[in-house]
Amino acid sequence: MSEDDWRSSSVVRVAPPIRPRKLAKVPFVELAERRLQGVVSSGSDIERVYVSSIASRTHEFSCSTNNNRPCGGAGGSLCNHLRLLVDEAVQQYGADRVARYLGVTLPDGSEDVLGALHPKPNPSPAAPVFSRFLHHLAHLEIADSTEPLPELHWFPAGGSS
Amino acid sequence: MLANQLAALTEPPGVAEALTVIDGFDDVIVAGLGRVNDATSTGLAGLAAAVADSPLGGPVRAAVEKVVRGGVDDDQVALLAGARTAVFGAVHDALLTSLDAALGRTRSEPAPAVVQEPGQDPAVEGARSWLRDVAIAGWRGVDEDLITAAGQPIESLYPVVARRRLAMVLAGLSEELGACVPIANLPQLPARRWTDLWTRAVLLSRMSTVDASAAPVTNGRLLPLGVDMHEHGTAVQLQLHGVLEDKGQTRLVRASVSAGKVETIAGPGVWPLLHRHPVLLRALAERRCLHLTDMPLLPEGDLLWADDRAAAGDPVDEFATARLALPTTVAPAVAPLNRHPATIGEVVLVEGYRCDGGALVLGGERLGLALDRLPAAGPLSPAHVAASSACLGLLRWNGGAWRLQPMAVQTTVKKKNVTVRTADWAMGPTDPKVAKATGDAVSVLSERAGRLLRR
Repeated sequence: MSEDDWRSSSVVRVAPPIRPRKLAKVPFVELAERRLQGVVSSGSDIERVYVSSIASRTHEFSCSTNNNRPCGGAGGSLCNHLRLLVDEAVQQYGADRVARYLGVTLPDGSEDVLGALHPKPNPSPAAPVFSRFLHHLAHLEIADSTEPLPELHWFPAGGSS
Repeated sequence: MLANQLAALTEPPGVAEALTVIDGFDDVIVAGLGRVNDATSTGLAGLAAAVADSPLGGPVRAAVEKVVRGGVDDDQVALLAGARTAVFGAVHDALLTSLDAALGRTRSEPAPAVVQEPGQDPAVEGARSWLRDVAIAGWRGVDEDLITAAGQPIESLYPVVARRRLAMVLAGLSEELGACVPIANLPQLPARRWTDLWTRAVLLSRMSTVDASAAPVTNGRLLPLGVDMHEHGTAVQLQLHGVLEDKGQTRLVRASVSAGKVETIAGPGVWPLLHRHPVLLRALAERRCLHLTDMPLLPEGDLLWADDRAAAGDPVDEFATARLALPTTVAPAVAPLNRHPATIGEVVLVEGYRCDGGALVLGGERLGLALDRLPAAGPLSPAHVAASSACLGLLRWNGGAWRLQPMAVQTTVKKKNVTVRTADWAMGPTDPKVAKATGDAVSVLSERAGRLLRR
């Protein structure tokens, strides 16, 4: 699509479609509040979930349980939860969008967002991310509508290949 | 649809000039109403001139003068959005008239618009002030803080049914702006698209959706033609196009059902979100007609779907329905405020073509395919379309050209003749590989959230 089409089309795909992924390991991931943040299941304990985040540009990271018990693996470098978070973000949004949000430049053709980070620990509270996750799930509870929503014609579902 | 009908689909006179006016105004919103200069004030003047002979003429001219002097309030924003809507409405009418003429399609007469003021509502006020701030900043000036500020009004508007449309369009727009951060670095902006969405939101922030409880009802038989799917991060809508037979008359109608959604649920995972409409979903998956009892029907051809007023009937073939009914069935009028080219989606049947990948070639005429509108939720793929011999789809106009969005095709898979439709997986994917990969997203998410709550 030419730049002119991009400027003068009502319906263009501005961001690549979200790619479906398995949700059990990383039930929630988002690029918001200047962070890549989300909720990651513990690899060893089915009962436990972590709230993990990496800040845009500074790459300060944090990983803890919901009541702020720090993750044992997230001392000086990224723990497995944070690595999974980045992997799943790349799966969901594509490497370009994740890299752009975190403020890193990937060499042409590279999808290695992890390798391009300069991470340093800086614990941040888990509650805001957790509440965004719950808030996000609340969308599933909203009463259905059968009134036509004509504005959604600007948002065709796509992605069949 | 025949080659000679396709050949007759030329651009109506005046469309190019109207779109030049739109582009001029959209450039103003790219730069921001807070930074009007000589170049951009031409864009505002162009819009005012385009509506000068209409009832909007005087008020829009006054609003433009005020904006150029440096004052922007909600009323001026609404007048500018109204003027842009009027210009696009004229483009819509010209395109649809030429399409109806080419297809030989009869359309019912529109009813006058009934618009209710939204009344006092802090959430609507919040939406208006966000839309004003966006217009002042301009698309180039929209930063992460401004995008985040949309969250509050969206959250308050979403649960209220009468505000749903406003919430949906704000959510879709702000999500897309968020995906483009930092916007200042983008080489080219989707100016028309974003300004379209902004314009729709401004108008929706000035009205309440009409009370539909007084709509007349129908007791007919609905023969499905095809399903169009819409989706953004927090919403999914299924729109069924069909032929309604009622008291010996046939008309083209739509039935729409929508649900809230989260970004992480995509592809075939969206069907379970529509679970509150089991009769509809089952009929689509099993390719059956639907018998309706006292189902409300709006004058614009929209059934207000109530699943308990529908019962699945016999299996039906949509290609047979289309061949028999499309040439003579009356198409619905378009609601006055929905007149925009992006909302045009006219059902057509195309046969006797050769597919060259991106287009159907029909007696020397080419009809481009909107393959990017094939939903990942269903099985219909570009390969099915490429191998097809008949296609039932929606004619769409975008970026200056007509394209066909397939909804069902008669095609060949492994040397067998089959029909493939967008909604074949409405009761879940019939392909075991896809079913395994999809899983039950909603219950996984609730289980994980439950773990967090307990700790």
